[in-house]
Amino acid sequence: MRVMAQMAMVMNLDKCIGCHTCSVTCKQAWTNRTGMEYVWFNNVETRPGLGYPRTYEDQDEWQGGWVRKLNGRLDLRAGGRWKKLFTIFSNPKLPSIEDYYEPWTYDYETLLSSPQTDTFPVARPKSLISGKNMSVEWSANWDDDLGGSQEHAARDVMLKGIEDKVKLEFEETFMFYLPRICEHCLNPSCAASCPSGAIYKREEDGIVLVDQDRCRGWRMCVSGCPYKKVYFNHKTGKAEKCTFCYPRIEVGIPTVCSETCVGRLRYIGLMLYDADAVLEAAAVEDEHALYEAQRAVFLDPRDPEVERSALAAGIEADWIEAAKKSPVLRLITDYKVALPLHPEYRTMPMVWYIPPLSPVVDVVRETGVDAEDRSNLFAAIDTLRIPVEYLANLFTAGDVEPVTGVLKKLAAMRSYMRDINLGREPDASIPAAVGMTEEEMYEMFRLLAIAKYADRYVIPPAHAEQAHALEELATDCSVDFDAAGSYYDQALLGEGAGYPTPVAVENFRMLQDRQTADTVASPGDKSSRVNLLNWDGKGTPEGLFPSREDGGDR
Amino acid sequence: MTVFLWVILPYLCLAVFAVGHVWRYRYDKFGWTTRSSQLYEDRLLRLGSPLFHFGMLGVVGGHVIGLLIPRSWTEAVGIDDHLYHYAAVGGGLVAGFMALVGMVILIYRRRTVGPVFSATTVMDKVMYAFLAAAIVLGMWNTIAGSIFSLGGEYNYREGVSVWYRSFLAFQPDAELMAAAPIGFQLHALVAFGLFALWPFTRLVHVFSAPLGYVTRPYIVYRSRDDRPLGNAATRRGWDRVG
Repeated sequence: MRVMAQMAMVMNLDKCIGCHTCSVTCKQAWTNRTGMEYVWFNNVETRPGLGYPRTYEDQDEWQGGWVRKLNGRLDLRAGGRWKKLFTIFSNPKLPSIEDYYEPWTYDYETLLSSPQTDTFPVARPKSLISGKNMSVEWSANWDDDLGGSQEHAARDVMLKGIEDKVKLEFEETFMFYLPRICEHCLNPSCAASCPSGAIYKREEDGIVLVDQDRCRGWRMCVSGCPYKKVYFNHKTGKAEKCTFCYPRIEVGIPTVCSETCVGRLRYIGLMLYDADAVLEAAAVEDEHALYEAQRAVFLDPRDPEVERSALAAGIEADWIEAAKKSPVLRLITDYKVALPLHPEYRTMPMVWYIPPLSPVVDVVRETGVDAEDRSNLFAAIDTLRIPVEYLANLFTAGDVEPVTGVLKKLAAMRSYMRDINLGREPDASIPAAVGMTEEEMYEMFRLLAIAKYADRYVIPPAHAEQAHALEELATDCSVDFDAAGSYYDQALLGEGAGYPTPVAVENFRMLQDRQTADTVASPGDKSSRVNLLNWDGKGTPEGLFPSREDGGDR
Repeated sequence: MTVFLWVILPYLCLAVFAVGHVWRYRYDKFGWTTRSSQLYEDRLLRLGSPLFHFGMLGVVGGHVIGLLIPRSWTEAVGIDDHLYHYAAVGGGLVAGFMALVGMVILIYRRRTVGPVFSATTVMDKVMYAFLAAAIVLGMWNTIAGSIFSLGGEYNYREGVSVWYRSFLAFQPDAELMAAAPIGFQLHALVAFGLFALWPFTRLVHVFSAPLGYVTRPYIVYRSRDDRPLGNAATRRGWDRVG
C-alpha cells in the first residue's frame, strides 16, 4: 500500500444556476492572455448539449483517455508510445480552433470616433487569431440554456442509445448545468501522452501540472485528455491547463472558481488513496464496475491502519486530520452521493459530481402532483428513464443503478427535511428507506444545503516553514527580478520567451498600469486587467469595482 | 580567403551553434518549443509536415553516412563506388524530394493561411531562407553533380567529406574545400549559416526529440520540493536549507 493524498473537488449540480461566474473569474485569473483567448480552464455546459470543445465526449472521434486491451492492460486509446512518436509531426487527433471557436473582439474604435450619421455605427467583430473581420458563428457557450437545442443538443454524444425517447418527449425536455475543470485524475492520460514528460502529478497533493519549461509543444496531451481540458497556447506554443489554483491551495484558500461560486456548490478537500491499486482499478473489465473500483482505491483516514501507513508515507499529521474532515470524503465515501464524470475513460477523475435531482422534480411538477413527496419522487426516479439514463451516461458509464440510488437519497432528504421545516414530526422511515440514519441525513442536509464555508473547504495549507516562499512576499529584493521577456526576446524568439513573470510582480505592474493609463482598459495591454488570483474574497482590490462618482471608497 | 571561408567561418558558426544552445537553454527554456501552428490549420500541415520531417530525417541520415563514414570503411565491407553511388543518389533523391515538397507545402501554408503568417517571426523567415537555400543547393548538387555530371566528375567523398572530418578533428584542410565545385561550396556555406542561426530559431526543437518517452513510465510524479515554491525563482546563493 502506497498512501498518497489528492486534492479533490465535488460539485453539487442541483445548486448550479449556470451563471458562469466561475468561468469568468477563472478566466480573469488564469487565461486572460494572448494565445489563451479561447481557453476556459473552467467552463459551464448546458446538458444536454455539445460541451466544449464541441462533442469532446465522442472518443470514437477524439481518441482520448485509456482503453483496456484484450490482455487486460491499459493503453492510450490514441495509440502507445511508438505511434505517438510516429505521428508527432502532425497530431492526427488535435481539435482545430473551429472545434473550440475563433476568439474575437469588437472594433470599438469605430463607435467612439464615428462622426454624426443617420445610421448607427457598428463595431464589427474582429478575429483575435487573424485580426481580420469575421462573422461570429460559435463560441464557448453557443448552446447555453438549450439555445438551438433541436440542432445542437440533439447531437449530444451522451444521448446515443436514448435519442429516440428524448426526441419523443422533447416537449418535456430537461436540462441542467455541468461546470467542468480539469479532473486532476489519478491515472492522467494527458501526462501519459506527453512525449517530453512535462506533465506531472504532484506527489504532495495530486495536482496535475504542466512544466512550462519542459513542454516542447508536441500537443499530444491535448488529444490524450478525454475531457479536453489541456489547451494549447498558440502564442507561446506550450500546453496549459487548470492548475487547481495551486498558489491558493498551497496557502489554504480555495480555488478561484470555488471561492466565487454563487451557488456555493463546490466542495474541496483531501482524499487519501492507494497509489499501487490505481492501475488495477482502472483496468477492470466491466465499465459499470469502474465507479465502485475507483471508490475501492480510496482509503479511509479514520482507519488507524491507514493513518499509520499515511504517516509512514510522509503525509503530515495535519494533512491526515484535514483528510478526516474532508467534505469530499463524506460525499464520496460516507453518503455515496457523489459520482465521477465519465469513469469509462479509465483516467480515475477526481472532480466528482452530485447528480441533479431537479430534472426529475421538474417533470413530476409538470404533472401536477406534489414534487416534494417521497413516494411520488421515488416512483418518478424509477419510471422516468430519460433523465436518469442520461445522467448515468455521464457519471456511471451508463449504469442506472448508482444514479438512481443517489437521486433517491436526495429525494428522501427533501421530504425528510420538509417535515422538519414545517414543524411536523420527522419520519424516520424516510432515511431508512435509502439506508441512512436520521442523524446522517441531517448532517448531509447541513453539508449540502447550509454548506458553510468552513464545511465546504477543508484545505490544509502547505507547511509553515515554506510560507515565505509560498506567499511570494515582497520582502525579496525587488531588483532581483529584472524585466525579463523584453521586447527584443519576443520579437526574436516568439512571445513568451524569457522567464515567466512572478504573480506578485505581474499584479504590481497591472495595478500600476491601471492607475497611470488614461483609458479604462487598453485592449493592446493585456496586463491592465484585474487579476483575481491573489484575491481571497476579502476587501476590494484596486480596479475590481468602478470607483464611486464622489471618489469615495466602498 | 580560403582560410577564412573554410576554417575561420565554419569554426565561428560552430562556436555560435554550441554556445548559443547553452545560452538559449539556460536563459529561455520557456521559449524552447516547436511553436506548432497546427491549431490554426490542419489540412495542409497533415500533408506537408510529415513529408518534410521524415524527408529531413532521411537527409540528415544521408549526410551522416556521406560525411562521417570514410570511403575506405564502406569498401572494406564490400560496397564499391558504383553501388554506393546508386544507393546514395537514390536515397538522397527520395529523401530530398520529400523534404523539398514538404517544405514547399509548408511555406505555401505559412504564406497563405492568415493566422499562421501572422505568427511568423523575423527569425522564422530568415531561417526559412537559409533552410530552403540549403535544401535546393543540396538537391542541385545531387541532380546536377551526381547524375548529369555537369561541370565534371566530382567525388565528394574524396573532397568535401575528408575536409569535413578534418574540420571536426580540428585539423582543417581548407584546400580540399577550395577545390570543390561551387555548388558544394555554396551548400556548405549556407549550411554553416544555418548552424549559426540554429540556436536562435525554433529549430532548437530538434534537440528535444522525445526519445525518452519510449522508456519512461507513463505517469510522471514530481515532488513540489524540487522546484522553487510559489513561482518566485530561488536566487543564486539563497538555496533552500535541507
